[in-house]
Amino acid sequence: MAAPRRTRSAGPLFVAPFMILFLLLFLTPLGYAAYLSLFQERLIGGTAFVGLDNYVQALGDSQLLHGVGRVALFFVLQVPVMLALAVLFALALDSGLLRLARVIRLGVFVPYAVPSVVAALMWGYLYGPDFGPFAQFARELSLPVPDFLSDTWMLGSLANIVTWEFTGYNMIILYAALRTVPTELYEAAAMDGAGAWRIAWSVKLPALRPALLLCLLFSVIGSFQLFNEPNLLTKIAPDVITSDYTANLYAYSLAFTGQQVNYAATVSFLLGLVIVIASYAVLLTANRRRTP
Amino acid sequence: MPSNTSPSMSRRLFLTATGALSLGAALTACGGDSGKSQSATQPVSQADIDKAMKTPTELTFWTWVPNIAKEIALFEKKYPAVKVKVVNAGQGTPQYTKLRTALKAGSGAPDLVQMEYQAIPTFTITNSLLDLRPYGADALKSRFVEWTWGQVTGTGGEVWAIPQDTGPMGMLYRKDIFDKHGIQVPTTWDEFAAAARKLHRADPDVYLTNLAANQPAAWHGLLWQAGAKPYVSPSRSDITISVDDAVSKKLGAYWGGLAKEGVIGVEPDFTDGWYAALNKGTYATWLTAAWAPAFLSGSAKDTAGNWRAAPLPQWDAAKPSSGNWGGSTTAVIRGTGNAVQAAVFAQFLNSDPATTRMFTTEQFFFPATKALLADPAFTGDAPAFYGGQKVNEVFAGISSTVDADFQWPPFLDQAATDWTETVGKSLAGHADTVSALGSWQSRLTSYAKGQGFTVKGS
Repeated sequence: MAAPRRTRSAGPLFVAPFMILFLLLFLTPLGYAAYLSLFQERLIGGTAFVGLDNYVQALGDSQLLHGVGRVALFFVLQVPVMLALAVLFALALDSGLLRLARVIRLGVFVPYAVPSVVAALMWGYLYGPDFGPFAQFARELSLPVPDFLSDTWMLGSLANIVTWEFTGYNMIILYAALRTVPTELYEAAAMDGAGAWRIAWSVKLPALRPALLLCLLFSVIGSFQLFNEPNLLTKIAPDVITSDYTANLYAYSLAFTGQQVNYAATVSFLLGLVIVIASYAVLLTANRRRTP
Repeated sequence: MPSNTSPSMSRRLFLTATGALSLGAALTACGGDSGKSQSATQPVSQADIDKAMKTPTELTFWTWVPNIAKEIALFEKKYPAVKVKVVNAGQGTPQYTKLRTALKAGSGAPDLVQMEYQAIPTFTITNSLLDLRPYGADALKSRFVEWTWGQVTGTGGEVWAIPQDTGPMGMLYRKDIFDKHGIQVPTTWDEFAAAARKLHRADPDVYLTNLAANQPAAWHGLLWQAGAKPYVSPSRSDITISVDDAVSKKLGAYWGGLAKEGVIGVEPDFTDGWYAALNKGTYATWLTAAWAPAFLSGSAKDTAGNWRAAPLPQWDAAKPSSGNWGGSTTAVIRGTGNAVQAAVFAQFLNSDPATTRMFTTEQFFFPATKALLADPAFTGDAPAFYGGQKVNEVFAGISSTVDADFQWPPFLDQAATDWTETVGKSLAGHADTVSALGSWQSRLTSYAKGQGFTVKGS
């Protein structure tokens, strides 16, 4: 009688720290945002309950829709490049054929250790049309100066920064996954006459699939929340990166420039919903492919 | 201390004290959160002030002024019981964002804050600042330059802050570049435009000036000079927005035209590229404010000796005028528990002869007090960076030509952001600036309406 009761009381105790933090740091702010999004506070006239009015407004808000569209495009552009690079690096490291593997592993990973604020500032300097090294190099060669900070190039320039920052991070996840593949599989494949490329393609890549899916999910969330990089580059390209450039930046501007806290909560809530749907879609397609 | 009295009590006090004021103004002042403590509107007696100043107190002061501890030491020497704790919460907008968050949260706000003139209405609309009249602030009026007092007072005569420094606008120019190309210092905007074309034609790497596409403050200063009244608030909930009226359109056509022709620069200011351009002589002038001479001598060291100062070119040479860009004040937060001490500190810091002088010698502030502007020790300064020219004297002369009636909107951040994304964008993109003014006007109008204001506009 005594033993089962102890087990029963110990369970909740172990779960409690998680549940408390989950409640405090996740559910409470989420609930509060949902609550805020049902009101409207104005500079003149105070606060009023408006029900779902904010949501109706947001669904027809072209600034929000453009922001979401832009980050979706960013996702499509940037994530495949970044994950392909991460896979390549992980495979190369795992092959054991690289010299200085440790140095390379660290080298690819180091950008992730640089805070994104610093990274954005650094790239902002590199992109500079007057004194940036690319511009100076182009001038040296009498070539047209690439305008990385123009309307046309900006999304690509941002994608480049994010790729630089996160390739190493994803590589580490994929590399760790590769290390868990039993070596017997490689031996068996080799005995069947498979070369290094064949092993990579037919044994390693399928083994990477769960880890790759994880990376993809992180990338969905990261892309749709894009904020730091555009927020910093806006100082040197104020006419290109507007306050509604990405959905997250738009929510921030609403709250801190326009003092529209309630509408900002609505926009954030909807953005969260978009991310949940996008993540779910990714999972669904991946799972369907795995079980044909 | 009246801050703990019940709302109805303080309201009665308020109505008695301001019997002479119109009902509209009284309603305005009472229209705020009735739950918040109302400030005293009856003068606080000297005995109460003396008593408070002898009570051990710690004031928290958010400011970005470097080395302000020196000025504060003078205050603490006079009032040993009151200590001032300085917190740097960022300069300008970052500080306001933190302040707004603290005020909303209901805790964590300081007793006093550094506040730029243009931000004051943004915080009085939310009833966040303390009216300093009961603490004798009105008596200081005559010490300050007229237009600064217009910037810190409310429609009901409230004194929301004490001026600290100012930024009347003038023109810093490169004498060497002017001499090389035979350009006279332009005194009218027509001459300025002609000089811009001439200079750029003579040397395609040089522009007469740069009108930063990310700098709404400079645009507002130029509007101010041209006599525009872009925002007029006769009462708390009424505002007339006219950022695309005739004066604005004249300005838009002028600057947009020069930008489109490509004879002036439009790069964002205070960036690496812009600093380098100033050092390299890409821009022959900087249309800027009175705080700029000291700033420039620190950030464009390579060009020492080549710069001079002059008033802005004029629209009407017979009636010289200027606008203001920058400068700031000290304001007391309404929710402070130490209203008397905070109000006395704000006044001492910015009107005491010793502290105000120290601001000009330690921080190189451009003063807001008439006494210093007329003081030969200040105006006689002849820095070598400006070839021995008495730069302070030039700007002191400009200071008296700033119009006293310019007003700011109670939603400055929105106005500034919208400017950058419409007018600024048109300058940078060599597009139609006059039609961009229309977009600015309509964006601001719909924002103001959405915030519950009764909006009139051109």
